[in-house]
Amino acid sequence: MQCPKCRGNMRTYERNGVHIEQCDNCRGIFLDYGELETLTRMETQYHAAPPPPPAPGGPAWGAPAPHHGGHYGHHRQRSWVGMLFST
Amino acid sequence: MADIAAAYGGTGTPVVHPTRTDVVVLRMGEVVVKAHSARDDAGELRPRLRAAASAAVNGVLLAPLEREVLSAGGRAVTVWPAGRPVSHDDPGSAPWEEGARLLARLHAVPLTLLPALPPAGGPARAARAVDRMSGDGPVEQLVRRAFKELPEPPPLPGLLTHGDWHLGQLVHRDRWLLIDVDDLGVGDPAWDLARPAAWYAAGLLEPAVWERFLGAYLASGGPALGRGDDPWSRLDLPARALTVQLAAVAVVNAERDGRELDEVEHSLIESCNRIVRA
Repeated sequence: MQCPKCRGNMRTYERNGVHIEQCDNCRGIFLDYGELETLTRMETQYHAAPPPPPAPGGPAWGAPAPHHGGHYGHHRQRSWVGMLFST
Repeated sequence: MADIAAAYGGTGTPVVHPTRTDVVVLRMGEVVVKAHSARDDAGELRPRLRAAASAAVNGVLLAPLEREVLSAGGRAVTVWPAGRPVSHDDPGSAPWEEGARLLARLHAVPLTLLPALPPAGGPARAARAVDRMSGDGPVEQLVRRAFKELPEPPPLPGLLTHGDWHLGQLVHRDRWLLIDVDDLGVGDPAWDLARPAAWYAAGLLEPAVWERFLGAYLASGGPALGRGDDPWSRLDLPARALTVQLAAVAVVNAERDGRELDEVEHSLIESCNRIVRA
């Protein structure tokens, strides 16, 4: 395919599901039908992505937040209780 | 030791309480006699014991029945009134807030009201725990590396610090009191909060319990964490050190018992791993 602007050679790229033609000569970009909308939608999603939940106060090296329940279970009680009470 | 207990009013059958170290604790009725570790320096124990007997820490630290260090079988011995320890049955309902408030009050005691004290024992404890690991497997190497890479502590004014706080360091008489003067001294009081902080950071202590403990400390005006918004700016270093210490103790215990690390102990090793990567 030739560049509609400078007649240079267009090269095809596929980026995250978006089909792009870029001119090797003038670097101009050609989008297929609907792909501008795809890009716009992806951009919106990127900006609207919720920030990572704030750490509940802890060090950078803290354990990842556990899932609800389970993690602080009783199966570990003996060794855990020993540690709570000893030097 | 039973003779000493009897001399201070102890009656009944003496009961020896198990400890993990060479410390011997004997209870006879209302009197507890403690033979301190052979490694402990009696010269440092003396001012620590007198500090516990001083009016400035009344209602915070358990006061001894005898303000002088005695001797039995070549070991330094101290004499205390008996108290009720925290129940092991339900750690969640342990007096976390009360412990935090007592630490806040301890840290606020002006050093000028006390005999001259040695440095608090926290940092030396961490170093000793790491030294006790004899193996050289990947786990030991990781724990040693985490210890070696601990940052230099910033210069902070020293305050009265317990030096080895955990739930076993509380007893109830007419109220909850701190016990154990072996590591009491002048130091960075954030070390007293660092063991629960390390448990929390390892995912062992429930966040809600940690929040109760930390919240009670801050609400009582505890001075260890400065005035900033982030308590972790002061907690980070001592919590790293305690994580390393707890991991080293776990490795030594597992080796002594001839077993693998259990899940709880392993979470401390994982914490060390995150520390060296942080």
